[in-house]
Amino acid sequence: MNELAPDCFDVSVAQMKREKVKLEVRDLDFFYGKSRALKGISIAFAEKAVTALIGPSGCGKSTLLRTLNRMYALYPGQRATGKVLLDGEDILGPSVDLAMVRARIGMVFQKPTPFPMSIYDNVAFGVRLYERLSKADMDARVEESLRSAALWDEVRDKLGASGLGLSGGQQQRLCVARGIAVRPEVLLLDEPTSALDPISSAKLEETLAQLRTDYTIVIVTHNLGQAARVSDHTGFMYLGELVEFGPTDEMFTNPETGRARDYITGRFG
Amino acid sequence: MAASAARIAARRVCNGAFVGFCWLVTAIALAFLAAVLWTLVQKGMGSMSIDIFTMDTPASGSRGGLRNAIIGSIILCALAMAMALFIGILAGTWLAEYAGDSRYGGVIRFLNDVLLSAPSILIGLFVWRLLVANVFHHFTAWAGAVALALIAIPVITRTTEDVLRLQPTSLRESGVALGAPFSTVIRGILWRAASGGMLTGALLAFARISGETAPLLFTALNNQFDNFDPRHPLSSIPQVMGQPIANLPVVMFDNALSAYDDLQRLAWAAALIVSGSVLTVIVIARMLTGSRSA
Repeated sequence: MNELAPDCFDVSVAQMKREKVKLEVRDLDFFYGKSRALKGISIAFAEKAVTALIGPSGCGKSTLLRTLNRMYALYPGQRATGKVLLDGEDILGPSVDLAMVRARIGMVFQKPTPFPMSIYDNVAFGVRLYERLSKADMDARVEESLRSAALWDEVRDKLGASGLGLSGGQQQRLCVARGIAVRPEVLLLDEPTSALDPISSAKLEETLAQLRTDYTIVIVTHNLGQAARVSDHTGFMYLGELVEFGPTDEMFTNPETGRARDYITGRFG
Repeated sequence: MAASAARIAARRVCNGAFVGFCWLVTAIALAFLAAVLWTLVQKGMGSMSIDIFTMDTPASGSRGGLRNAIIGSIILCALAMAMALFIGILAGTWLAEYAGDSRYGGVIRFLNDVLLSAPSILIGLFVWRLLVANVFHHFTAWAGAVALALIAIPVITRTTEDVLRLQPTSLRESGVALGAPFSTVIRGILWRAASGGMLTGALLAFARISGETAPLLFTALNNQFDNFDPRHPLSSIPQVMGQPIANLPVVMFDNALSAYDDLQRLAWAAALIVSGSVLTVIVIARMLTGSRSA
């Protein structure tokens, strides 16, 4: 794995240098048709750490996240230029197997999206795409994933029930379980708690705290408190640019740029 | 405030009159429906006997039933639905998931809508020209099944596209995000999520074709004899399909116009069987999907 290239961004490199970089973005531009939504983004995501992306609505956080697993490729007219390196390999390249990239980089969405099938099958769906497991192994994988997502105790007696019957918070944790069941290396979360009540949000944050030891996590959030609580590094974006990036403690106590300070202290956003 | 009280009173009267009018016209519509159903049940039940299910269609004056027509209708509808479901679901899926707003997709969608409202006699004429006149050179059950399928396809295509479009984008994206190829997302997730609506489309199509007469007059016509062998059902089907085939709508049409009372009674029995089977299939399908959805 490559060490973080110091020229990728100019802030807080000193601390990041000690960590391995899992996913690195270089000079990324993104276009919705002719409109340019990301402008020359360079950022690195450290392995087995949580990186939060914050910024006002429309600043490009979600667009950046959707570039990291090439979700945008579903839509003609959307395109990205630059590099996104997963373990040093450019996943924006034309010869990349998109399904394989997405199996390595999982994603959880703003609204819970359980599949119309049982809780068990929801978790097993992705696993069956890539692995042939015996019944016992699959049972073990489903249990392990649901435990990791802190949902096991609530659903252990009704694995055969429909995933659609769970509460919103449970559904979102089911989506996390489904995402980690395929054992991705990176987990992308796009405002995962914005549709949840405070108690469910807190549970999901606890889940993230447990997952950070095994996964490289990138979370987009509008909730600054959440970014401060769950993340190791924070990137602040504004109008399609990465304005500031650094350790979360520093970002929230002593931001370097005026814009980040104004946003964090609630002067705009 | 007296003026406003008067206005409120006027509004109440207006509202009451409107609701009353809605009740009235609903009652009128239902009254006609009830009259149709009552006549159908009364005349149909009066003509029912065990012979209907055990004997073939007779010549006037002799005893007979509808056995061959019932079997023929089942075969025709089953084959037509098999063809139509295959093509309609795939076409609807293509329109919803792959065509997008493309010009080609727009043209196909428009043509499908035209077919949806095409007079069924036109479909019959088309299949007659295509298969009966050019290929088989005589009336055959195959041509009948194709004609019925052509009527069912646009219905299934349209409903499949509509219900797939109703599925949230996030459902597609979360399937893709797991590393599933898009075709797997469609088959494993979207079809399942849309299955209730797709089934409704299939039932609408089935209800539509089960009573169609005009296209069958040009294609399958009728057959006094029954080549279907219940002891060897599968091996007798090719022979059955290669010939004209008896079916309930055409038997109903022929017999209802007949001057003989016994044949008219058979027509009523056929009408009751067609209506009853459509109703039964719809109720069973509703029960199955009702117990499956979460």
